[in-house]
Amino acid sequence: MTELDAIDKRLLDEFQRGFPLAARPYAAIAEELGIEEDNVIDRLRALHDCGAVSRIGAIVAPQRTGWSTLAAMAVPPERLSAVANLVSEYPAVNHNYEREHRLNLWFVVTGPDEKFVEDILENIQSRTDIAVLDLPMIEAYQLDLGFPLQWN
Amino acid sequence: MELSPFDKQLLAAIEDGLPLEPMPYARVAERLGTTEQEVLDRLAGLQAKHVIRRFGVIVRHRELGYTANAMVVWDVPTPIVRKTGRCIADMPDVTLCYRRPRRPPVWPYNLFAMIHGRDRDAVLHRIDRITKLANLNGAPRAVLFSRRRFKQRGARYSPATRIEPQREPA
Repeated sequence: MTELDAIDKRLLDEFQRGFPLAARPYAAIAEELGIEEDNVIDRLRALHDCGAVSRIGAIVAPQRTGWSTLAAMAVPPERLSAVANLVSEYPAVNHNYEREHRLNLWFVVTGPDEKFVEDILENIQSRTDIAVLDLPMIEAYQLDLGFPLQWN
Repeated sequence: MELSPFDKQLLAAIEDGLPLEPMPYARVAERLGTTEQEVLDRLAGLQAKHVIRRFGVIVRHRELGYTANAMVVWDVPTPIVRKTGRCIADMPDVTLCYRRPRRPPVWPYNLFAMIHGRDRDAVLHRIDRITKLANLNGAPRAVLFSRRRFKQRGARYSPATRIEPQREPA
Protein backbone atom coordinates (compact mmCIF):
# COMPACT_ATOMS: atom_id res chain seq x y z
CA MET A 1 0.00 0.00 0.00
CA THR A 2 1.24 3.49 -0.80
CA GLU A 3 2.22 5.83 2.02
CA LEU A 4 -0.71 7.59 3.65
CA ASP A 5 -0.40 11.33 4.04
CA ALA A 6 -1.69 13.40 6.94
CA ILE A 7 -5.04 14.03 5.24
CA ASP A 8 -5.60 10.31 4.59
CA LYS A 9 -4.85 9.59 8.23
CA ARG A 10 -7.36 12.17 9.40
CA LEU A 11 -9.97 10.75 7.02
CA LEU A 12 -9.43 7.29 8.50
CA ASP A 13 -9.29 8.43 12.09
CA GLU A 14 -11.76 11.24 12.58
CA PHE A 15 -14.82 10.01 10.72
CA GLN A 16 -15.28 6.50 12.12
CA ARG A 17 -18.42 7.68 13.85
CA GLY A 18 -20.77 10.62 13.55
CA PHE A 19 -20.45 10.74 9.76
CA PRO A 20 -22.13 13.96 8.53
CA LEU A 21 -25.87 13.57 7.96
CA ALA A 22 -26.21 16.37 5.43
CA ALA A 23 -27.05 16.42 1.75
CA ARG A 24 -23.36 16.77 0.87
CA PRO A 25 -21.43 14.92 3.58
CA TYR A 26 -18.15 14.83 1.67
CA ALA A 27 -18.30 18.62 1.27
CA ALA A 28 -18.76 18.92 5.05
CA ILE A 29 -15.68 16.74 5.60
CA ALA A 30 -13.76 18.68 2.97
CA GLU A 31 -14.45 21.90 4.80
CA GLU A 32 -13.19 20.43 8.04
CA LEU A 33 -10.00 19.22 6.38
CA GLY A 34 -9.50 22.33 4.28
CA ILE A 35 -9.61 20.51 0.94
CA GLU A 36 -12.08 20.15 -1.94
CA GLU A 37 -15.11 17.86 -1.96
CA ASP A 38 -13.79 16.00 -5.04
CA ASN A 39 -10.54 15.39 -3.24
CA VAL A 40 -12.32 13.78 -0.28
CA ILE A 41 -14.27 11.47 -2.58
CA ASP A 42 -11.13 10.57 -4.58
CA ARG A 43 -9.15 9.82 -1.45
CA LEU A 44 -11.90 7.67 0.07
CA ARG A 45 -12.21 5.78 -3.19
CA ALA A 46 -8.45 5.17 -3.26
CA LEU A 47 -8.47 4.05 0.40
CA HIS A 48 -11.34 1.74 -0.41
CA ASP A 49 -9.62 0.32 -3.49
CA CYS A 50 -6.41 -0.39 -1.59
CA GLY A 51 -8.38 -2.11 1.17
CA ALA A 52 -7.78 0.29 4.07
CA VAL A 53 -11.45 1.28 4.07
CA SER A 54 -14.05 -1.47 4.02
CA ARG A 55 -16.91 0.98 3.44
CA ILE A 56 -18.66 4.00 4.81
CA GLY A 57 -21.47 2.40 6.64
CA ALA A 58 -23.40 1.50 9.72
CA ILE A 59 -22.46 -0.89 12.50
CA VAL A 60 -25.82 -2.26 13.58
CA ALA A 61 -26.39 -3.59 17.10
CA PRO A 62 -26.60 -7.40 16.84
CA GLN A 63 -30.04 -8.96 17.16
CA ARG A 64 -31.73 -5.60 16.53
CA THR A 65 -32.43 -6.13 12.87
CA GLY A 66 -32.27 -9.85 12.35
CA TRP A 67 -29.99 -12.44 13.89
CA SER A 68 -26.30 -13.19 13.95
CA THR A 69 -24.01 -15.66 15.61
CA LEU A 70 -20.33 -16.46 16.02
CA ALA A 71 -19.55 -19.97 14.85
CA ALA A 72 -16.45 -22.09 15.34
CA MET A 73 -15.13 -25.34 13.90
CA ALA A 74 -12.18 -27.61 14.64
CA VAL A 75 -10.94 -28.30 11.12
CA PRO A 76 -8.10 -30.75 10.41
CA PRO A 77 -5.20 -28.59 9.16
CA GLU A 78 -5.05 -30.29 5.76
CA ARG A 79 -8.71 -29.40 5.14
CA LEU A 80 -8.62 -25.85 6.48
CA SER A 81 -8.31 -23.94 3.20
CA ALA A 82 -11.04 -25.94 1.51
CA VAL A 83 -13.46 -25.68 4.43
CA ALA A 84 -12.73 -21.98 4.91
CA ASN A 85 -13.47 -21.31 1.25
CA LEU A 86 -16.68 -23.30 1.45
CA VAL A 87 -17.76 -21.21 4.45
CA SER A 88 -16.78 -17.89 2.81
CA GLU A 89 -18.97 -18.63 -0.18
CA TYR A 90 -22.13 -18.11 1.86
CA PRO A 91 -23.27 -14.51 1.37
CA ALA A 92 -24.51 -14.54 4.99
CA VAL A 93 -20.95 -15.08 6.28
CA ASN A 94 -19.31 -11.70 6.74
CA HIS A 95 -16.21 -12.47 8.83
CA ASN A 96 -14.18 -15.63 8.54
CA TYR A 97 -10.79 -16.10 10.23
CA GLU A 98 -8.29 -18.77 11.08
CA ARG A 99 -7.38 -18.52 14.77
CA GLU A 100 -4.75 -20.13 16.97
CA HIS A 101 -6.71 -22.82 18.76
CA ARG A 102 -7.94 -26.37 18.28
CA LEU A 103 -11.13 -24.62 17.18
CA ASN A 104 -9.29 -22.99 14.32
CA LEU A 105 -12.00 -21.55 12.07
CA TRP A 106 -14.18 -18.71 13.36
CA PHE A 107 -16.87 -16.95 11.39
CA VAL A 108 -19.90 -14.70 11.82
CA VAL A 109 -23.22 -15.56 10.18
CA THR A 110 -25.90 -12.90 9.84
CA GLY A 111 -29.43 -13.08 8.47
CA PRO A 112 -33.00 -11.86 8.80
CA ASP A 113 -33.89 -14.30 11.61
CA GLU A 114 -32.58 -17.06 13.86
CA LYS A 115 -33.88 -19.92 11.72
CA PHE A 116 -32.13 -18.56 8.64
CA VAL A 117 -28.82 -18.52 10.53
CA GLU A 118 -29.34 -21.95 12.10
CA ASP A 119 -30.12 -23.44 8.67
CA ILE A 120 -26.80 -22.17 7.35
CA LEU A 121 -24.87 -23.66 10.29
CA GLU A 122 -26.59 -27.01 9.72
CA ASN A 123 -25.88 -26.80 6.03
CA ILE A 124 -22.18 -26.19 6.66
CA GLN A 125 -22.06 -29.00 9.21
CA SER A 126 -23.62 -31.53 6.87
CA ARG A 127 -21.50 -30.51 3.89
CA THR A 128 -18.22 -30.68 5.83
CA ASP A 129 -19.09 -33.38 8.38
CA ILE A 130 -17.45 -31.20 11.05
CA ALA A 131 -19.38 -30.01 14.11
CA VAL A 132 -20.21 -26.29 14.08
CA LEU A 133 -20.24 -24.57 17.45
CA ASP A 134 -23.00 -21.92 17.69
CA LEU A 135 -22.15 -19.03 20.04
CA PRO A 136 -24.79 -16.30 19.69
CA MET A 137 -24.33 -13.13 21.68
CA ILE A 138 -26.18 -13.14 25.01
CA GLU A 139 -25.24 -9.62 26.07
CA ALA A 140 -23.05 -6.86 24.63
CA TYR A 141 -20.90 -4.79 26.97
CA GLN A 142 -19.08 -3.00 24.18
CA LEU A 143 -19.91 -2.92 20.49
CA ASP A 144 -17.58 -1.84 17.75
CA LEU A 145 -17.36 1.91 18.29
CA GLY A 146 -14.17 2.40 16.33
CA PHE A 147 -10.96 3.42 18.02
CA PRO A 148 -8.23 5.97 17.51
CA LEU A 149 -5.51 4.73 15.21
CA GLN A 150 -1.85 4.96 16.10
CA TRP A 151 0.38 5.66 13.17
CA ASN A 152 3.87 5.08 14.55
CA MET B 1 -38.16 -3.00 19.50
CA GLU B 2 -39.19 -4.13 16.03
CA LEU B 3 -37.78 -2.14 13.11
CA SER B 4 -40.15 -0.89 10.46
CA PRO B 5 -39.94 -2.45 6.99
CA PHE B 6 -38.61 0.87 5.73
CA ASP B 7 -35.81 0.93 8.31
CA LYS B 8 -34.81 -2.58 7.27
CA GLN B 9 -34.79 -1.58 3.61
CA LEU B 10 -32.71 1.45 4.43
CA LEU B 11 -30.12 -0.58 6.36
CA ALA B 12 -30.03 -3.08 3.50
CA ALA B 13 -29.57 -0.27 0.98
CA ILE B 14 -26.41 0.97 2.72
CA GLU B 15 -24.91 -2.38 3.73
CA ASP B 16 -22.44 -2.23 0.83
CA GLY B 17 -21.50 1.29 1.88
CA LEU B 18 -22.63 4.83 1.27
CA PRO B 19 -22.07 5.77 -2.40
CA LEU B 20 -18.91 7.79 -3.03
CA GLU B 21 -20.54 10.62 -4.93
CA PRO B 22 -21.41 14.20 -3.96
CA MET B 23 -25.02 13.53 -2.89
CA PRO B 24 -24.98 9.95 -1.58
CA TYR B 25 -28.16 10.16 0.49
CA ALA B 26 -30.12 11.37 -2.52
CA ARG B 27 -28.87 8.32 -4.40
CA VAL B 28 -29.95 6.00 -1.58
CA ALA B 29 -33.36 7.75 -1.50
CA GLU B 30 -33.74 7.25 -5.22
CA ARG B 31 -33.10 3.52 -4.84
CA LEU B 32 -35.74 3.31 -2.13
CA GLY B 33 -38.26 5.54 -3.85
CA THR B 34 -38.26 8.12 -1.09
CA THR B 35 -36.84 11.56 -0.35
CA GLU B 36 -33.35 12.52 0.70
CA GLN B 37 -34.77 14.17 3.82
CA GLU B 38 -36.53 10.96 4.82
CA VAL B 39 -33.26 9.00 4.49
CA LEU B 40 -31.39 11.56 6.61
CA ASP B 41 -34.13 11.63 9.26
CA ARG B 42 -34.32 7.85 9.53
CA LEU B 43 -30.55 7.47 9.77
CA ALA B 44 -30.50 10.04 12.56
CA GLY B 45 -33.40 8.24 14.27
CA LEU B 46 -31.72 4.83 14.07
CA GLN B 47 -28.61 6.29 15.65
CA ALA B 48 -30.61 7.98 18.39
CA LYS B 49 -32.25 4.63 19.18
CA HIS B 50 -28.83 2.91 19.16
CA VAL B 51 -29.90 0.50 16.44
CA ILE B 52 -26.99 1.97 14.51
CA ARG B 53 -24.12 1.94 16.98
CA ARG B 54 -21.86 3.92 14.75
CA PHE B 55 -22.05 5.37 11.29
CA GLY B 56 -18.88 6.30 9.48
CA VAL B 57 -15.65 5.11 7.95
CA ILE B 58 -15.11 1.42 8.64
CA VAL B 59 -11.42 0.67 8.36
CA ARG B 60 -9.67 -2.63 7.81
CA HIS B 61 -7.16 -2.73 10.62
CA ARG B 62 -4.90 -5.32 9.04
CA GLU B 63 -4.27 -3.12 6.02
CA LEU B 64 -3.21 -0.36 8.41
CA GLY B 65 -0.63 -2.49 10.15
CA TYR B 66 -2.78 -3.85 12.97
CA THR B 67 -1.72 -7.43 12.43
CA ALA B 68 -1.87 -8.70 16.01
CA ASN B 69 -5.57 -9.25 16.54
CA ALA B 70 -6.58 -11.31 19.52
CA MET B 71 -9.88 -12.73 20.62
CA VAL B 72 -9.53 -13.18 24.36
CA VAL B 73 -11.96 -15.41 26.20
CA TRP B 74 -12.47 -16.08 29.89
CA ASP B 75 -14.66 -18.41 31.91
CA VAL B 76 -16.24 -16.00 34.36
CA PRO B 77 -18.69 -17.12 37.07
CA THR B 78 -22.16 -16.27 35.76
CA PRO B 79 -23.19 -14.02 38.69
CA ILE B 80 -20.32 -11.60 38.01
CA VAL B 81 -20.10 -11.82 34.22
CA ARG B 82 -22.03 -8.60 33.57
CA LYS B 83 -20.03 -6.54 36.03
CA THR B 84 -16.79 -7.97 34.67
CA GLY B 85 -17.85 -7.44 31.06
CA ARG B 86 -18.62 -3.78 31.67
CA CYS B 87 -15.32 -3.30 33.40
CA ILE B 88 -13.40 -4.78 30.47
CA ALA B 89 -15.48 -2.87 27.92
CA ASP B 90 -14.42 0.41 29.50
CA MET B 91 -10.75 -0.24 28.91
CA PRO B 92 -9.10 1.45 25.98
CA ASP B 93 -8.35 -0.68 22.93
CA VAL B 94 -11.02 -3.27 23.70
CA THR B 95 -13.18 -3.00 20.57
CA LEU B 96 -15.79 -5.63 21.35
CA CYS B 97 -16.88 -7.29 24.56
CA TYR B 98 -19.69 -9.86 24.52
CA ARG B 99 -21.13 -12.55 26.70
CA ARG B 100 -21.74 -15.77 24.77
CA PRO B 101 -22.84 -19.26 25.90
CA ARG B 102 -20.40 -21.90 27.17
CA ARG B 103 -20.55 -25.19 25.25
CA PRO B 104 -18.97 -27.74 27.57
CA PRO B 105 -16.87 -29.76 27.24
CA VAL B 106 -15.39 -28.25 24.05
CA TRP B 107 -15.87 -24.57 24.93
CA PRO B 108 -15.86 -23.50 28.59
CA TYR B 109 -15.59 -19.72 28.03
CA ASN B 110 -18.41 -17.17 28.32
CA LEU B 111 -16.79 -13.71 28.06
CA PHE B 112 -15.24 -12.53 24.78
CA ALA B 113 -13.16 -9.44 24.03
CA MET B 114 -11.36 -8.30 20.87
CA ILE B 115 -8.05 -6.49 21.11
CA HIS B 116 -6.22 -5.09 18.08
CA GLY B 117 -2.57 -4.13 18.04
CA ARG B 118 0.49 -3.76 15.87
CA ASP B 119 2.66 -6.05 17.91
CA ARG B 120 1.93 -9.47 19.41
CA ASP B 121 3.94 -9.00 22.59
CA ALA B 122 2.32 -5.65 23.27
CA VAL B 123 -1.13 -7.19 22.85
CA LEU B 124 -0.24 -10.03 25.23
CA HIS B 125 1.01 -7.50 27.73
CA ARG B 126 -2.25 -5.56 27.53
CA ILE B 127 -4.25 -8.75 27.95
CA ASP B 128 -2.33 -9.45 31.17
CA ARG B 129 -3.08 -5.96 32.37
CA ILE B 130 -6.79 -6.23 31.53
CA THR B 131 -6.96 -9.61 33.25
CA LYS B 132 -5.40 -8.16 36.38
CA LEU B 133 -7.57 -5.02 36.42
CA ALA B 134 -10.76 -7.04 35.89
CA ASN B 135 -9.77 -9.38 38.73
CA LEU B 136 -9.72 -12.39 36.42
CA ASN B 137 -6.33 -13.80 37.39
CA GLY B 138 -7.87 -17.03 38.60
CA ALA B 139 -10.29 -17.45 35.69
CA PRO B 140 -9.57 -19.91 32.88
CA ARG B 141 -8.52 -17.94 29.82
CA ALA B 142 -7.51 -18.45 26.21
CA VAL B 143 -6.02 -16.03 23.68
CA LEU B 144 -6.88 -16.74 20.05
CA PHE B 145 -4.77 -14.61 17.71
CA SER B 146 -6.05 -14.48 14.16
CA ARG B 147 -3.88 -16.12 11.51
CA ARG B 148 -5.41 -15.98 8.06
CA ARG B 149 -8.34 -13.78 7.15
CA PHE B 150 -10.58 -15.55 4.68
CA LYS B 151 -13.33 -12.95 4.53
CA GLN B 152 -14.22 -9.58 6.01
CA ARG B 153 -17.07 -7.35 5.01
CA GLY B 154 -20.25 -5.79 6.33
CA ALA B 155 -23.12 -7.89 7.61
CA ARG B 156 -26.09 -8.61 5.39
CA TYR B 157 -29.43 -8.54 7.11
CA SER B 158 -31.65 -8.20 4.07
CA PRO B 159 -34.27 -10.95 3.76
CA ALA B 160 -33.26 -11.20 0.12
CA THR B 161 -29.94 -12.72 1.22
CA ARG B 162 -29.76 -16.18 -0.22
CA ILE B 163 -28.97 -19.23 1.85
CA GLU B 164 -27.11 -20.95 -0.95
CA PRO B 165 -23.41 -20.32 -1.24
CA GLN B 166 -22.17 -18.35 -4.19
CA ARG B 167 -18.81 -17.27 -5.51
CA GLU B 168 -17.95 -13.76 -4.52
CA PRO B 169 -14.79 -11.88 -3.65
CA ALA B 170 -13.65 -12.22 -0.06
